[in-house]
Amino acid sequence: MTDNRTDKYKKVAYYPGCALEGTGHAYNRSTKEVGKALGLELEDVKNWNCCGAMEVKNIDPKVQTYLSSRVMSQAVNEMGHSVVMAPCNGCYHNLKKAEYDLKNDETSRQVVDRISAKAGHKTYKAGEIETIHALDWIKHGIGEEGLKSRVKKSLKGMKVANYYGCMYTRPRHIFPEKDKGAGSESTSKPHFMDDLLAAAGAANVDFPLKTACCGGAHTLSDSDMSTKLVLNILKAAEASGANVIATECPTCHSGLEMHQIRAEKKFGVKTNVKILYFTQLLGMALGLSPKKVGVHENMSDSFDLLQQQGLA
Amino acid sequence: MRSLAAIGDVLEGGVADATPAENARDLLHLGEEVLEHWLHAKGLKPTASKAEGFRLLGLHRQGAKGDPSFNACRETCRELVYHYNLITMAPDDSESAQRLVMMRLVASHVYYFVSGKMQSAQLGEFCCSSRDLRLKQAS
Repeated sequence: MTDNRTDKYKKVAYYPGCALEGTGHAYNRSTKEVGKALGLELEDVKNWNCCGAMEVKNIDPKVQTYLSSRVMSQAVNEMGHSVVMAPCNGCYHNLKKAEYDLKNDETSRQVVDRISAKAGHKTYKAGEIETIHALDWIKHGIGEEGLKSRVKKSLKGMKVANYYGCMYTRPRHIFPEKDKGAGSESTSKPHFMDDLLAAAGAANVDFPLKTACCGGAHTLSDSDMSTKLVLNILKAAEASGANVIATECPTCHSGLEMHQIRAEKKFGVKTNVKILYFTQLLGMALGLSPKKVGVHENMSDSFDLLQQQGLA
Repeated sequence: MRSLAAIGDVLEGGVADATPAENARDLLHLGEEVLEHWLHAKGLKPTASKAEGFRLLGLHRQGAKGDPSFNACRETCRELVYHYNLITMAPDDSESAQRLVMMRLVASHVYYFVSGKMQSAQLGEFCCSSRDLRLKQAS
């Protein structure tokens, strides 16, 4: 895919989703600050609603398709945008899934049309808007060279395990733009976060669990299993030589943070690897203070490491 | 075939007194056993066929058929094979011991993922889920 994206992504509709207004607030804050620092503009989707997450999808997947379609309808029909950016993997996944369903499934189109009419807004049609992730936004809106030229404090010394989680690349069929060769994202070995952080001076470690399950779905039903899955990710990151795990999903991020603490309390296993959103790392590389990118809102206390690296 | 609990004990225990290549073979086989448990639980006979040269990947492909959420462990299975190759193709490499540590963690992830999924197979589509349950409820 080449490319008018540098211009196209300069100003996009922003769909934070519910997690970024709650546990993932630091991701919201750092995404917005990085955007400002890079000259990329975000405009909140007006009167946005839940993407359908897992709760609605489990009861009626067509209603989830509708909910996600309404977000896209707001962005395109009410605001005139051609691109909507969702930094949360769950939201990103659901909008992409809705796009796929509306393109390929007549029943989904009928359901969405019916509920949209009842709700009194224009029905979203497949292809009217492009849904992207925060990684796409920076990777194609600015690019590695653009990022490099703006770095004020190199991330040199940060050894990063990039953790993408399972929703960013799965299932493959809802991400037709991925796996298209050079310049596109890979569903088996994603690398956009690696590329951006390397451009900011970080050293990425070879991390085999970058798309592995974080146990998010087990958190309430079987917390011990979630803790074991997370602990395994943390141990693998440390064994890879990382001193920080970079995340790009609020569910994975809070799971890693909470279960890191729980692993110590419940199983007596302490891990020292720090957990930061990739936007927080990029923000600090761009010269923003840790507070500006919400490091104080994280549960994982990375202040000592940031100080050692000259970032705080 | 060992029970899942016995497999868990092996993974949580220390490294066996064997060469890196032997240990790597054991871990790969252990991954196959974990997937065999998943297939038995689904009422299927585990395949002897290989995918991309490995039975582990053949078993994964069989286990994901009709259950796309099982693909959440696809790359982890592939990483297990990758580490097996790294170790067995250069067993005397100075990094073999470290690679074995990593291979054990990767094998553990397959084990935890499948064990968790078997315990709570009807959680929902978000991640480890029962698509069947969701579709039944929707109909």
